[in-house]
Amino acid sequence: MLDNSEGYVTEDGRKIGGVVMEMKNITLRFGGVVAIKDISFDIREGEIRAIIGPNGAGKSSMLNVISGFYVPQEGEVWFHGSKRPLMRPFEVAQQGIARTFQNIALFEGMSVLDNVMTGRLGYMKTNIFQQALWKGKAETEETENREAVEKIIDFLEIQHIRKTPVSRLPYGLKKRVELARALAAEPKLLLLDEPMAGMNVEEKEDMSRFVLDVNDEFGTTIALIEHDMGVVMDLSDRVVVMDYGKKIGDGTPDEVRNNQEVIDAYLGVSHD
Amino acid sequence: MPEQLVFAMEVILNGLMAGVLYALVALGFVLIYKASGIFNYAQGVMALFAAMTLVGIMNGQVPFAHLINATFGTHVHNFGWNVPALLAIILTMGVMVLLAWAVQRFVMRHLVGQEPIILFMATIGLAYFLEGVADLMWGSEIKTLNVGLPQGINLWIDETTFNIFDYGFFIDNLDIVATIIAALLVAALVAFSQYTKQGRAMRAVADDHQAALSVGISLNFIWIMVWSVAGFVALVAGIMWGTKSGVQFSLSLIALKALPVLMLGGFTSIPGAIVGGLIIGVGEKLFEFAIGPLVGGATENWFAYVLALIFLVFRPQGLFGEKIIERV
Repeated sequence: MLDNSEGYVTEDGRKIGGVVMEMKNITLRFGGVVAIKDISFDIREGEIRAIIGPNGAGKSSMLNVISGFYVPQEGEVWFHGSKRPLMRPFEVAQQGIARTFQNIALFEGMSVLDNVMTGRLGYMKTNIFQQALWKGKAETEETENREAVEKIIDFLEIQHIRKTPVSRLPYGLKKRVELARALAAEPKLLLLDEPMAGMNVEEKEDMSRFVLDVNDEFGTTIALIEHDMGVVMDLSDRVVVMDYGKKIGDGTPDEVRNNQEVIDAYLGVSHD
Repeated sequence: MPEQLVFAMEVILNGLMAGVLYALVALGFVLIYKASGIFNYAQGVMALFAAMTLVGIMNGQVPFAHLINATFGTHVHNFGWNVPALLAIILTMGVMVLLAWAVQRFVMRHLVGQEPIILFMATIGLAYFLEGVADLMWGSEIKTLNVGLPQGINLWIDETTFNIFDYGFFIDNLDIVATIIAALLVAALVAFSQYTKQGRAMRAVADDHQAALSVGISLNFIWIMVWSVAGFVALVAGIMWGTKSGVQFSLSLIALKALPVLMLGGFTSIPGAIVGGLIIGVGEKLFEFAIGPLVGGATENWFAYVLALIFLVFRPQGLFGEKIIERV
């Protein structure tokens, strides 16, 4: 376990900063079912943090707690050094936490460009009357946001489908558009819910490359969920392993790989 | 030119103008349906309520006068002033925004995630509630509404057509104004939804709630905004219909005429509402003109519904509506 509050340097020489988000003793119940049981971990600035575990381990629930879609019964969420009060999901998003969804939640009726532009809504400050006049501030604002969006579209190599309605895209590209929309918000923390789910090997490799590039190019802090062990181990700096709602491991990929409890969870040892 | 054809031209023109008024009401339905999936039965009553509020404010009527007098034994009826039309319209718009907030806060917020039929029934309740409130607030007598819109026959068209066809067309000035205002309204609505931040957020919410939340859009705010915009459309429709036929409770029934318009145009399309309105307007006037005399007239009462029925058989999503595909 790392307990260096100043951060650390990764194997490939990237400097990881202080704690951005800290989950303290989170417990989440749905009626009698305990989805998350007393879990604590932190996410540091600039790192790629993975939450892994077998199906039903509570990974998605954890991501939904971070993004405010679920409210835990117990525990605290700390973001940038202060305890987060009870917030609705859109307020969490406005704080700078962007996310993607396991089952892709895009605006199907809109073009790719429009979808990505919605990621910039928080940066549009002019009011409706200024926009109606389409003068000065409103115009420069739209131009600036448009530039930021075009940069991301370029970066994720989706220029050729800019004007295509999202509903016509294949699955892999939709996932990429969703990533673009989340990135457009220039998030302080980017949450990816199974970014590789349902992809073939080639698409998985593409997505892995994009996740690494995003982290490298924009310095974005990323927390991702995945149940494909192989992909995650190559990608992430530190890994939290969950099983049946409990945390059974936390550390660098190598540490986790050699953790007996983790091996048992994945290979299936009876829980008695 | 044969006489019949000239008559038909006049009928078509008048039909187009009537269609614009139907479209105005249908537009309010489409806006709310698109953004929240709610079929707002109360749209017609909202138009009535807006028109009554406008008249009440313009005449300086004391709201709830009857209730106040009955409770306190007073005899207040009128503030004794007249509010200029433009100011009254702005104040009425304020009332419609308040109404939008109240609907969201006290009704719709508690029904998030419910079946569409439940939401629909809530709006039926809302319609009757609002009708009662309007009655209590402003009284139930028929009132005339005059915000200074021109009315009566357009002499220029009358003369011009007389010079060409030897027969002067009767076109009401109010209908021409209504057409212009409706066109402006539609252009403004389209510009709003396509080019403004709020419009983009509105389309986002209409498309996917979860995704909208994840990019920081407050659903609550957007829904209040949509109901406000629908309130504004209701106000415009209320002014037009109120000026045309007086502000009275039958005004809320024009909502029923919007139904066939929506079935034709599709529930999710703004252009659809316009085109649907025009088709119904022209269709019923032409039908009455051509077939009416053969079947004893009064076809305008049922023609629109029959047309809608035929459409339902062949194209249930309407002309412009989103295609309904059910995957099995």
